Amino acid sequence: MRVGVITFPGSLDDRDAMRAIRFAGAEPVALWHGTHDLDGVDAIVLPGGFSYGDYLRCGAIAARSPIMAEVIEAANDGMPVLGICNGFQILVETHLLPGGLVKNDHGDFIRRDQRLRVESTSSAWTNGFTEGQEITIPLKNGEGGYIADEATLDRLEGEGLVAFRYLDVNPNGSLRDIAGLRNERGNVVGLMPHPEHAVEAGFGPDTPLAMRSGVDGLTFFTSVLQQSVLR
Amino acid sequence: MPTIVVEVMPKAELLDPAGKAVTGALHRLGHSSIAEVRIGKRFELRVDGEVDAELLTQVEEVAADMLANGVIEDVIDVRVEGAGAAGETH
Repeated sequence: MRVGVITFPGSLDDRDAMRAIRFAGAEPVALWHGTHDLDGVDAIVLPGGFSYGDYLRCGAIAARSPIMAEVIEAANDGMPVLGICNGFQILVETHLLPGGLVKNDHGDFIRRDQRLRVESTSSAWTNGFTEGQEITIPLKNGEGGYIADEATLDRLEGEGLVAFRYLDVNPNGSLRDIAGLRNERGNVVGLMPHPEHAVEAGFGPDTPLAMRSGVDGLTFFTSVLQQSVLR
Repeated sequence: MPTIVVEVMPKAELLDPAGKAVTGALHRLGHSSIAEVRIGKRFELRVDGEVDAELLTQVEEVAADMLANGVIEDVIDVRVEGAGAAGETH
């Protein structure tokens, strides 16, 4: 399976995402924001970073970059798309996922190992988890506060589209502790924390077992492989 | 050269953390009479030639579609300034 990772000007975690894809057993494919070429990939990751310097709004310019026309079309045709952090911001700016992300309510950039509860396993990127599973992956953002109007929030809850919720602390003031969402079809997932930074023992979050041994993020990438086998 | 000015503000009901931080700094500097600061954006779109109603409509559309995100922001003003403006306001 070939999984594309799009590099925008200002992307920071594109290489980490490619590494995570390789660890999961898939082939990472580097894609470039300025083209209209998805290179025949089977799935796409929009990585974290500060695309286009976060000018205008986080993800706003990237959402209108050339390759995103193809990404939106492919997503609407059912191709798995994962947006991580800035990638999540890009997904809401394209309206592939609803709502918006605003500055953290405390005003500070935050970095922590974040506990999450997996709320939905009905997606291409979460089917390897169990419903209600608690995982820990790194979080690092300045504008990660999820907002939407009450009607949208109620719909997200009612249709089971909340994919991840913050546990212990809400690090950015996200409404209803929402850390990540999936779309109705389950092929598009976006979240603020970074699964690609928790895929290899020695470099992930601490666990009770050993320092830096957390690899909960790997399941995102093995899930999409599993999805392609089932299809 | 006429300039179309577009002003965007965070929605009134939304917390504006940047504005809140500036409010705090002003209070520390003794400006206790300033109750609140909210921070928005001003876009200046320079135009070749005259600004007609059609162009202004286009700018209003692009302001709502791209310059502001309707989920978190409101376009509060689109107006023409500078030569050729003829006091036009929308």
